[in-house]
Amino acid sequence: MFRSMRAHKIAVAGLVVLAVTGVSACGSSGPQKSGGGSAKELQLWTLQNPGVNGVQQKAVDRFNKSSGAKLKLSTYVNDPYKVKLQTAVGSANAPDIFYNWGGGNLKGYVDAGQVADLTKALDAAPDVKAKFIPSVLDVGTVDGKVYGIPMQGVQPVSFFYNKVVFKKAGISEFPTTWSDFLTVVDKLKAAGVQPIALAGSQGWCELMYLEYFLDRIGGPEKFQAIVKNEKGAWTDPAVVESMGMVQDLVDRGAFGTNYAAVNYDNKGSQALLTSGKAAMELMGSWEVTSLNDAFPKFLTAGSLGWANFPAIKGGAGDPLDIVGNPSNFYSVSSRSSDVAAATKFLLQEMVSDEYVAGMISVGQVPAILGLEKKVKIGAFADFNAFVYQMGLTAPSFAQSWDQALPAALSQTMLTNIQQVFNKQMTPQEFADSMAAAAGS
Amino acid sequence: MSSRTQSSVQAGRPGFVWAAPAIVFFAVFALLPMFVVVYLSFTSYSAISDPVWIGVKNWRHLATDPLVGNSLRLSAGLTVLSWLVQTAIALPLGVYLAGKGRTRSVLAAVLFLPLLMSGAAIALLWSTLFDPNFGLASVVGPLIGVADGNFIGKPTLAFYCVLLVIAWQFIPFHTLLYQGATRAIPTSLYEAAMIDGAERFKQFTLITVPQLRDTIITSGVLMIVGSLTYFEIILILTGGGPGTATRILPLHMYITGFRGFDMGYASVLAVLLLAVGTSLSLLITKVTGYRKMSSQKEGL
Repeated sequence: MFRSMRAHKIAVAGLVVLAVTGVSACGSSGPQKSGGGSAKELQLWTLQNPGVNGVQQKAVDRFNKSSGAKLKLSTYVNDPYKVKLQTAVGSANAPDIFYNWGGGNLKGYVDAGQVADLTKALDAAPDVKAKFIPSVLDVGTVDGKVYGIPMQGVQPVSFFYNKVVFKKAGISEFPTTWSDFLTVVDKLKAAGVQPIALAGSQGWCELMYLEYFLDRIGGPEKFQAIVKNEKGAWTDPAVVESMGMVQDLVDRGAFGTNYAAVNYDNKGSQALLTSGKAAMELMGSWEVTSLNDAFPKFLTAGSLGWANFPAIKGGAGDPLDIVGNPSNFYSVSSRSSDVAAATKFLLQEMVSDEYVAGMISVGQVPAILGLEKKVKIGAFADFNAFVYQMGLTAPSFAQSWDQALPAALSQTMLTNIQQVFNKQMTPQEFADSMAAAAGS
Repeated sequence: MSSRTQSSVQAGRPGFVWAAPAIVFFAVFALLPMFVVVYLSFTSYSAISDPVWIGVKNWRHLATDPLVGNSLRLSAGLTVLSWLVQTAIALPLGVYLAGKGRTRSVLAAVLFLPLLMSGAAIALLWSTLFDPNFGLASVVGPLIGVADGNFIGKPTLAFYCVLLVIAWQFIPFHTLLYQGATRAIPTSLYEAAMIDGAERFKQFTLITVPQLRDTIITSGVLMIVGSLTYFEIILILTGGGPGTATRILPLHMYITGFRGFDMGYASVLAVLLLAVGTSLSLLITKVTGYRKMSSQKEGL
């Protein structure tokens, strides 16, 4: 009995080890490229999303029909995809075109020499290049070279609020300056409502506050310095001040007391917002479709309001600056058997009228110029227009930090942010700890 | 090893060939990964490009990583408390359920339900129950002094929540072990004890518990090994948070490897985990004398 127990124990330990080492084996289950035939089969990997996938499939079909290529769409779920892509890129099973998040995420692949440079192809098609919103295309650009083509909607972060609760507390308009915002927070508290719903068990929900504070206070350059890993970027007074404002909100009771136990994935924070227990939530633009899935009555009743993050007086940042996910991107693998065909697909289809219209019809607002009228359709016409306008007019569209920074650093950051929100860490300790982790 | 004459005496007994499939399986899926992980611990490896040999840099990082001490402490705490709590509940419960009667069978059937659920499902279920505003936590919290229902959000409480959920998942299994073992105890022992005038509690401490010795060790080893390699419930329930309050060693390894894509350092943590697990397992064997497999029923 015991011998088998020990074997079991070692086998368990071995499996844990395998979990770390064996991922490369998972990568080998990727689709095989078929030889022979006139055109080689090309693999396009993207995330699973029922609405969007339909539009993507149509684009692939159109391209295959017109060019005679054999492009094939494969879809994956978010978290496993990140692991699968990481292990497949650089192997013989690498996809030809792959979905990514741009920024630091893309830079990792570029630095490993696994991504094809699309700059020349894009420069050769100036009419295509001119269609993209420049601030969004920037996120697919690494060291001045374009490696990623925006392929779906812009997803800026903004405030969402419960109009009914605001009205009851005697607030007619969403505040546009930070001092007004704090007055509103106090008013809501006096009315017996938790001012802000926050899913604090997930660091990325808390990160959004830091992203906006730093931009409003110090301007977009402060985060650019962090991305470039410049010396003293993390310990900049603006970072410390931003985290101080976070703790000020916590001390004011803006998030209530139990936010650290609230979860976004199981709709904990959305339930607070829609039930009227809380008045607002800072979230990405996917909030609207997500609310519509889980709390449709809240939307049909017209209770949902949205507004840009308030301006901070005396701050260096433009109040029109936004943060979030500028878009997601398609990149071509440098190992692709047919880089030219894969590139052609991106330049042809990502800006085609059919693709753009299809994306809008499933609630995505593409990063394409000149869509002011076209986005105003469907159930969320007003919101689509708001998002599009935000993306279009923003002088700076900062990418979510957890996507823009190297993966290991962003994990440390998310943990530290939680500790600042829970007051286990001071703003200065946060800055020092991040500087140490970044080695800057 | 054995001479020709001996082997002819042992005709038909399993030889090496019989064990070959198991040995090959073990070598490929346990030994090989162990060597690979030791190798990887000396490399910088992000899974995109090939591992690059960097010597002891990852191991040096181990000394400066502030999270390692914390995660080791949490792992140790989780292991010890899991063992204590689960044994303290599973043993008496198993003994009780070993008896006859309809109430007991119904209770047993209900109690064993968590056994049917996967860890991920259990974690999702409990994360909804722990929602401080709409979950069970909002109802129970005020009754037991946590007015805002903030259980998994408080660094001090989150650890015990994790302990509770893990216990909830595994107590049924260990109860089952104890139930079966108790039923195997000869009734003659109890009859003799009754004649000697031992009441129920005395019977429990003087007959049942000593007779369950091997089962206590078996279930103890399973619990200890289980809590060392355990992480999916914590990953889903708290993600290791708030902050680092529930970031046990396996979870620290997972986050480093699969979120941070620092496979080299994650391998260092894996080797550490392997070393701790193996030494604990050896220690248990030595201390309990379990290997001797001495009979508990001598003279019966």
